[in-house]
Amino acid sequence: MKFAVIQFPGSNCDQDCTAAINDLPGASAKFVWHKESSLEGYDAIVLPGGFSYGDYLRCGAIARFSPIMRTVQKEAAAGKLVIGVCNGFQILCEAGLLPGALVRNRLLRFVCDMATTRVEVDDSPFTLGLPKGTLLRLPVAHGEGCFFAKTSTLRELNDGRQVLLRYVDHHGEVTAASNPNGSVENIAGICNRERNVFGLMPHPDRASEARLGSTDGAKIFQSMMQAMAGQHAEAA
Amino acid sequence: MKMKVIVTPKAAVLDPQGAAVREAMQHLGMPEVRSVRIGKYLEIEVDGDGPEMEPRLHQLCRDLLSNPVIEDYDLSKAAGKSA
Repeated sequence: MKFAVIQFPGSNCDQDCTAAINDLPGASAKFVWHKESSLEGYDAIVLPGGFSYGDYLRCGAIARFSPIMRTVQKEAAAGKLVIGVCNGFQILCEAGLLPGALVRNRLLRFVCDMATTRVEVDDSPFTLGLPKGTLLRLPVAHGEGCFFAKTSTLRELNDGRQVLLRYVDHHGEVTAASNPNGSVENIAGICNRERNVFGLMPHPDRASEARLGSTDGAKIFQSMMQAMAGQHAEAA
Repeated sequence: MKMKVIVTPKAAVLDPQGAAVREAMQHLGMPEVRSVRIGKYLEIEVDGDGPEMEPRLHQLCRDLLSNPVIEDYDLSKAAGKSA
């Protein structure tokens, strides 16, 4: 399984994503510069975290117009798996590949912490093998991670079972105290209606090795591999 | 032609920066301040001033300069000649 990790000027988790994915048996990740226009030969696309274009104007606002994003749009429309982490999530929202937006954290502080998230949907390509209610410990590190969507969009997200992860406490309960940034309904990650594009503020890439304090992040990449293996089997 | 764009957060969007500044204003002796919203102001100089410019600028306001999910924008001609 080949993952393309897109490098924008200002990406800083591209190495983390590549290292986390390359550690998985059967997976390989390669960097693709944002000025490229082809993603041929890749099975999945990763938009890593960081501060693309210095977060100027709005986080992700300029990166979404990078040449590679046209191809990402096309590949997403064709059903390829796309995951955006942190700044990658912001870029996906700016690009209109995911609904809603990410705004300044409610308490105005940059948060850098370990968060507990709860899997809300166990049949998405990003949460296969993770029963509903599974708790994933994933680090967060962002200043603009407060997910916002208008009421009608929120309803669609809930009705369509597009909320994949919520911030919870250690007991798995959604509480105000466990919400690191003020996101509506403690939303930590959502997918599109077609369920092949996933954005999340927590970093699975920084939680894919025991020495980093958690290996829960690897489960998300493993799920993607499992989903792609299924697709390949169907196609064959 | 010189244009100005003002981008403001939509009413439904939390503006924690504005809230922090409102509090500071209240602490500094103006308890009457009820609300502060913080946005962005852009000055744009454009070569030419044909009628086809404005729709293109509006397009860019929607696509790039503001995010319609969370922000409103106002595009208008700035006073004075561009340098």
